[in-house]
Amino acid sequence: MNRLSSFNVVSLTFGFAFLYLPMLILVIYSFNKSKLVTVWAGFSTKWYGELLSNEAFLDAAWVTLKVAVISSSIATVLGTMAAYTLVRGGRFFGRTLFSGMIYAPLVMPEVITGLSLLLLFIGIGMDRGVLTIVLAHTTFSMCFVSVVVSSRLATFERSLEEAALDLGASPFEAFRLVTLPIIAPAVVSGWLLAFTLSLDDLVIASFATGPAATTLPMKIWSSVRLGVSPEINALSSILIGLVASGVITVSLVSKRHSVLMQKEERIAERIENN
Amino acid sequence: MVETVFEPWADPNADPLISFKNVTKRFGDFVAIDDLTLDIFEREFFALLGPSGCGKTTMMRILAGFENPTLGSMSLSGHDIAGIPPNKRAVNMMFQSYALFPHLSVWENIAFGLRRDGVAKDVLHARVQEMLKLTRLEKFGRRKPHQISGGQRQRVALARSLAKAPKLLLLDEPLGALDKKLRQETQFELMDIQEQTGTTFVIVTHDQEEAMTVASRVAVMDEGRIIQVATPEKIYEAPNSVYVADFIGDVNILTGPVRAVDADTYSLDFGGTEPMTAASDRTFSEGVTAHLAIRPEKIGIHVERPEGPNSVQGKVLDIAYLGNLSTYHVQLPNGQIIKAQTANTRRVSRRVFTWEDPVWVSWSATAGVLLDC
Repeated sequence: MNRLSSFNVVSLTFGFAFLYLPMLILVIYSFNKSKLVTVWAGFSTKWYGELLSNEAFLDAAWVTLKVAVISSSIATVLGTMAAYTLVRGGRFFGRTLFSGMIYAPLVMPEVITGLSLLLLFIGIGMDRGVLTIVLAHTTFSMCFVSVVVSSRLATFERSLEEAALDLGASPFEAFRLVTLPIIAPAVVSGWLLAFTLSLDDLVIASFATGPAATTLPMKIWSSVRLGVSPEINALSSILIGLVASGVITVSLVSKRHSVLMQKEERIAERIENN
Repeated sequence: MVETVFEPWADPNADPLISFKNVTKRFGDFVAIDDLTLDIFEREFFALLGPSGCGKTTMMRILAGFENPTLGSMSLSGHDIAGIPPNKRAVNMMFQSYALFPHLSVWENIAFGLRRDGVAKDVLHARVQEMLKLTRLEKFGRRKPHQISGGQRQRVALARSLAKAPKLLLLDEPLGALDKKLRQETQFELMDIQEQTGTTFVIVTHDQEEAMTVASRVAVMDEGRIIQVATPEKIYEAPNSVYVADFIGDVNILTGPVRAVDADTYSLDFGGTEPMTAASDRTFSEGVTAHLAIRPEKIGIHVERPEGPNSVQGKVLDIAYLGNLSTYHVQLPNGQIIKAQTANTRRVSRRVFTWEDPVWVSWSATAGVLLDC
């Protein structure tokens, strides 16, 4: 086991402090008894209680969740289809253009994406609300799904699909029964990525929404402008907790899976050698 | 009792299972298959042999339906199959990488093709069980592909491709991933299974020993063309070109102008002290350059000049001891090196020749094949 040098320890400490100190402070102050965010007045969980009775926050949370689930699901379907076509489609006319265009929103400033969507919605006379936020979120998160799925498909062994076709599966059956189950982890992580992006988007949602719908980030942003309340700290702590436990569970499960897989492969080889 | 020899290719009335007529396949400017005509018959074990890039894999993919010929026609039991997609052909393929579905158990892998055909449940169970038994995998049905060894995976791939009882089974380098010992055992297993099931096998390989072992006929390919199609014995003993002679096994080639001695005997002046005589079915006109191909094991090596026509003196340059055989590299006065092979039939024996020894190498007039290209 390598021991860390003192230089490593220092750089590690600075790095992690830089990353996590702000969040740590936020979480600590969510348990603050005082209404003043910067003055510690003892431990309390009352802000969590108040949060649960704050209708406006709960409504916003519900809208955000709805938007995130629907938009990330649509984005996953569209993004997977796009990735499949771009990786598998061979050299069709305009392939380079298409693959460049699908990734453009990755680097496009959000303000521009938001503005262009707003102009589109006004242009076609669409009432702005939950539906328009869903559409906007689908638009920008689809390319992320496509990136994740296409990088998995690039290493996907083509002969697996050919074997399915060879055994009598139609191209769609080959996709549904062989390709999809194998790339499922990438599709799921694409969905999670789209879900998270939708969850914390402020800029595009602000452009795409109307008076009828407010998402949680928009709600937090607008209430912070009137002063930071400990309720927001509590809300943010809950969000951090949810995201962190999600990430930890996923990594533990996949780690366990790969360890188990390697172990079983070793056993199989040993049996043969005996 | 008269035993009939299995050689449908010699029967002009036999209907081929597969027939290629002037098939050409181009990828852009690259010609992968060049005007190829070939018949493969039912119950044959047919090997496509050649170096990488010779078009053997393309040909197999055309048979499977993954590629379509650019020109020409191909038929399977008399029906034109050009343009029919792979899922609608009575042809199955065993992939080089095995392509086992990692998320399905061995049992489900084998059942995959039958399920696509909507086979009744009890028939499906019986058939999968039969395949597991055929490939000695009964104990492994529940395992996933990563839970079994390489050799077992190979057998699952075989069982899966045989499950639908295809008219034709294509095997793409089926033993390439196995180590040498396992490969040799598996070759015999493949032959047994081929005989038991009566399926026509077409195997693609770059391993000539493998092709010779398993196949009823071998097609040697180069640059999209078939150079020779014949039984392994004919390919080895009567190659039709220097390319085939050189590709299959070890060979000595002597080149020079030929002169007819009598109706089927020629003398060849390869630049040695005296011309060699060689029998030939082929006719050569006076003075054309010909190549005499002789296998090393047909060349004798002696201390004294032996009786008979074809003897050359040289000196031992190298000795390779291979256990069962020893190969001597003998350098002739004109600089050419002749490989001569002797079987080590006795366990304890003194080696007669050593490095730099002057020796005589000799062969009979019928030992070699006289070729024009």
